Amino acid sequence: MSTLDQTTTRPSASGTFADRRRTITEAAYRIRHHALNMGAVQGQGYVGQALGAADIFATVYASQLSFRADQPDWEGRDRFLLSTGHYAIGHYAALAEAGIIPVDELESYGSDDSRLPMSGMSTYTPGMEISGGSLGHGLSIAVGMALGLRHQGSNARVFNFLSDGELDEGSTWEAAMGGHHHQLGNLTAMVDINALQADGKTETVLRTEPVAEKWTAFGWYCQRIDGNDAGALLEAFDNAAARAASHGQPSVILCDTKVGRGVSLLENREKAHFMRIEEHEWQLCREQLAAGYEGTASA
Amino acid sequence: MTPTTTAKAKLKTSAMIASFADPGQKTASAPFGHALARAAESDQRIVGLTADLGKYTDMHIFAQAFPERFFQMGMAEQLLLGAAAGMAETGLIPFASTYSVFAARRAYDFLCLDIAEPNLNVNIVGGLPGLTTGYGPSHQATEDMAIFRGMPNLTIVDPCDSVDIEQAVPQLAASEGPSYLRLLRGNVPTVLDEYDYTFELGKAKVLRRGRDVVLVSSGLMTMRALQAAKALEAHKVDVAVVHTPTIKPFDSATVLAELAGDRLAVTLENHSVVGGLFETVASAVVTAGLGKRVVPIGLPDAFLDAGALPTLHERYGLSVPRIVAKVLAELG
Repeated sequence: MSTLDQTTTRPSASGTFADRRRTITEAAYRIRHHALNMGAVQGQGYVGQALGAADIFATVYASQLSFRADQPDWEGRDRFLLSTGHYAIGHYAALAEAGIIPVDELESYGSDDSRLPMSGMSTYTPGMEISGGSLGHGLSIAVGMALGLRHQGSNARVFNFLSDGELDEGSTWEAAMGGHHHQLGNLTAMVDINALQADGKTETVLRTEPVAEKWTAFGWYCQRIDGNDAGALLEAFDNAAARAASHGQPSVILCDTKVGRGVSLLENREKAHFMRIEEHEWQLCREQLAAGYEGTASA
Repeated sequence: MTPTTTAKAKLKTSAMIASFADPGQKTASAPFGHALARAAESDQRIVGLTADLGKYTDMHIFAQAFPERFFQMGMAEQLLLGAAAGMAETGLIPFASTYSVFAARRAYDFLCLDIAEPNLNVNIVGGLPGLTTGYGPSHQATEDMAIFRGMPNLTIVDPCDSVDIEQAVPQLAASEGPSYLRLLRGNVPTVLDEYDYTFELGKAKVLRRGRDVVLVSSGLMTMRALQAAKALEAHKVDVAVVHTPTIKPFDSATVLAELAGDRLAVTLENHSVVGGLFETVASAVVTAGLGKRVVPIGLPDAFLDAGALPTLHERYGLSVPRIVAKVLAELG
């Protein structure tokens, strides 16, 4: 990533806000492009989620995470935990964008003997900290990592990406209590609120709102933003970072996102957890993504 | 209602709630907590966690010795095991305690995916294994080994007494990968010090030799097997006892060597006859092609009664008199 300082490996907070936002926007575009190419290999999949969450992945990897691309298990790294294993397609795209895995390898996504299985697993992929997929696990593990790192005097931070559907799981709220009880200022959660679950809209499957009030009541510093707005994301994560240094309180960033974001064909399609895209549609998706990005970039 | 004076006094559920030691038996207090504290003195990586059961799993001894290395996770078993995994990922060696029923039934997915699949050195300490409480099925982990035996990477230890626990704890801390320890808590009998015995992770040990019968046992049933063996001397029955504290990986070689002859073979376990020691032994026997009958002594495949432990152990066949009677009946 262009903002990464090769010696410190921590993303630079210098540069104007506009410059940093532009870096995120560019990274998010490439992540979406990668995700479409990976989806095309399978013909279907969690492309909608990857497009929706691309801005979140881009913000974290381009502006927040400290890591070494050539040494993914570097002890001093910040930890990024993907709870939602099926979002791996978006995470792999972000890992490629971050230089942790080669871009060329992305085409092996979901194929036999690939390091990039459909559901993310730590034992398969460099830079993948945990095996998510059984939802509601990530935040508990994140609490333990944050405790363990702090106990050993590390300044590394722990980030957990979870989804609004995952808020159905009681274990998420056990972990929310644990993070508050242990005053884990080094812990930041982000919730991708795309309002969609496997069986339909979140509000029809199990009503999770009011989400912000719940996290606040659980003792977390809570921000709710447009999760497809690079500027809003950057500001929220910067706020969380500033508090991490000075407050013993975990942060959560609630990111309202749009499934299929950036590709109008998919944004306007009836929403599906597992999206089927016809063979002739993939190129159209790429063209719509590029047209939308160029429109944004020139604006 | 006033109790009648003529009615025989019934045993209370609270009897033996903290210990299943026989009256006058030599015991050690909280051997797990003390062993963990000792191990932690020489290994800075060891930490302790519990889910609101520190006092009831002897973890409080460690917490008092190392308050900065003890982490209370609240009555949240999924968090307990997920957080233990996270701590292990940062290089620590967590011992996480709760009751066996909660570790096995409530938080299985977290132990399986967060700990066992990445093969982390997290040691789960389960209180009240098998039938060691009279609180009924909510607290009686009669099928914990059956639940856990199918989990890849997980080492399962079923200690007999304070000697086993004291020697197992540092070995579990030093060995890679996760473990499940069936905890005996409170005033734990000290039995194996009278034998030429040391606990070795993954090894079965022949505690005594005998011509007529071979008892293969784990956990507190090894104590009962040794008592039964002595009692059977009066019946001119010579009984061998093989202790198998590590249920998985199982030391088939030692056990099969003892089962090779024509002695009566009996397994004894503080666990359901489904999926525990008996089936572990049976599987080893069949796999080896040994045409050998094995008699199981264990808990029935049922949800058990509430009540006082001595009553329940007698009712379900774990008491020494019931073992002696069973062996004599089998010998005809």
